[in-house]
Amino acid sequence: MTVLNVNGKQHEVDADPRTPLLYVLRNDLALNAAKFGCGLGQCGACTVLVDHNPVFSCVTPIAALEGRYIRTVEDLGTIDKPGPIQRAFIEEQAAQCGYCIPGMMMRAQALLEKNAAPSDAQIREAMAPNLCRCGTQMRILRAVQRAAKLMTVELNEPREMKG
Amino acid sequence: MLRRILLGLAIMLAVAFGAFYAWQWRGELPPASTSAHAFDPGIVAKGAQLAAIGECGVCHTRAGGRPYAGGFPVQTPFGVVYGTNITPDRETGIGAWSEEAFRRAMREGVARDGTHLYPAFPYDHFTRLTDGDISALYAFLMTREPAAQANRQPQLDFPLNFRIFAAGWQLLFLSKGPYRNDPAQSAAWNRGAYLVEGVGHCGGCHTPRNAFGAERKHEAYGGGASEGWSAPALNASSPAPVPWTVDQLTAYLKAGFADQHGFAAGPMQPVVANLGKAADADVRAIATYVASFIGPRNAADRQRQTDAALAFAKQRAVNVGDLARTTTGVATADDRSAGGVLFAGACASCHRSGGGLPASRPIALALSTPVNASDPDNLLRIVADGIHPPAGERGPIMPGFSGALTDPQIVALADYVRAHYSRGQAWPNIAAALADIRRNPTPAMEAP
Repeated sequence: MTVLNVNGKQHEVDADPRTPLLYVLRNDLALNAAKFGCGLGQCGACTVLVDHNPVFSCVTPIAALEGRYIRTVEDLGTIDKPGPIQRAFIEEQAAQCGYCIPGMMMRAQALLEKNAAPSDAQIREAMAPNLCRCGTQMRILRAVQRAAKLMTVELNEPREMKG
Repeated sequence: MLRRILLGLAIMLAVAFGAFYAWQWRGELPPASTSAHAFDPGIVAKGAQLAAIGECGVCHTRAGGRPYAGGFPVQTPFGVVYGTNITPDRETGIGAWSEEAFRRAMREGVARDGTHLYPAFPYDHFTRLTDGDISALYAFLMTREPAAQANRQPQLDFPLNFRIFAAGWQLLFLSKGPYRNDPAQSAAWNRGAYLVEGVGHCGGCHTPRNAFGAERKHEAYGGGASEGWSAPALNASSPAPVPWTVDQLTAYLKAGFADQHGFAAGPMQPVVANLGKAADADVRAIATYVASFIGPRNAADRQRQTDAALAFAKQRAVNVGDLARTTTGVATADDRSAGGVLFAGACASCHRSGGGLPASRPIALALSTPVNASDPDNLLRIVADGIHPPAGERGPIMPGFSGALTDPQIVALADYVRAHYSRGQAWPNIAAALADIRRNPTPAMEAP
């Protein structure tokens, strides 16, 4: 039995400790945002946060994750109340097929938590491990810039954002 | 009486220093009248090849900076020396340098203005170049785009910040003069020796250095260090499980991959990227020379070591069944140690037998030099930071596991990999080695 803290909830998981986190998220916990792309840590569609760092969940065994803080896109907001990253991606229409976007959003979240106002070059460097085969990279770049502004607004005017 | 002895000593010291000062003194050479040169395109092309083999751009270009405009921090045990601007800009580069001044710098380690250069600039190797090749390099550099970028002063510990110490170093450790052919060896061997000992300056990283930072000549290619990585020994004590051959070395140096050794990583990445631009015959000559002293001396020993290494790699291949695709019915991967479990979940999807990568298939880990090295440093760096091609280049990608795995987990993993994939002894203190790497991360890009 492995105990995982995902999006602030404790889950007891009955899976082989060697199992990569991605399969546990999708098959055991029904958290389907993270996607299986390559299964080899090469594409980034499975990116989630572990202790605030972006990691490829397809090559991270749950044995490594007890007592650590896992976050997925489900933690960023809901359909009714999308969080700033999600709003920014919608407003910039950054998705074509959308398969890579959950991974993109988690990596962007990790960047913006460390650097509230990244330059274009810093965004490119941080987002480099995640691939988009459709070619919406320019929109993704704009979405991350927009998310940075939305987050700053939210921090400065928390009351107005509720409602 | 005592006073007289002291006086005598003081006079002797003063005379010795005076003699040394006179010996080391070099005049300023007049600035070149014009930086608008006309060079034979053939000579420039030859210089381009030499500059690639010499990796000039690596230390003379900072990350994201203009080519050859300098600024790359070269870390030494004595402090940081920054690569200088060697574009033909007259003010900040070497635009005012005559060919004579350039030759003096390459042969003697003295700048145009007469100051002594620190040996981070490997003139102990460049002094071996022929006059013709120095002319070709000069022609190549003088036809680069000038970039106005001021040099950064070296940050060296007192008293080494006085350049006269570089002159003292030269007196002790610099033997000047071009390479001389060994008539007992083939033309390819001599060409390779000329390139390796001269412009290639391979010993700069692969030879251990003494307390003064000079290469220990009697331990040539015994293994050294570069940018926080271990540069493996290239002599008889090479840690490669399968002894290197001319063909394997040629493939590795030309394309960055040899199927019995794996991919280039760390500071070898820019080296192989540059050698990809060099003439095939020159790369093969380099391989011919290195293969003449790497690994076991006699053929029977080489064959025995090769057979044993390949058999061991086959025996230790891990099959992980369908672990990567299901959460149930996990088969094989018998090892239930902490490191074994991490390996099965984090590494095996690519590093299991046969590998899972369509393009850059990894080699059997039992053949890997970092796994079989005497220290865990390079393996730890690769596990922590991954392998990524230089910006804008193609190449294999391995993700870094620093975020996914904690340091104790990385230590357990490295311990497992060593035990499972090497016949060498367990590394005694992996945790200390990783802590050291955390204190000295791979020098990242510096802002200008």
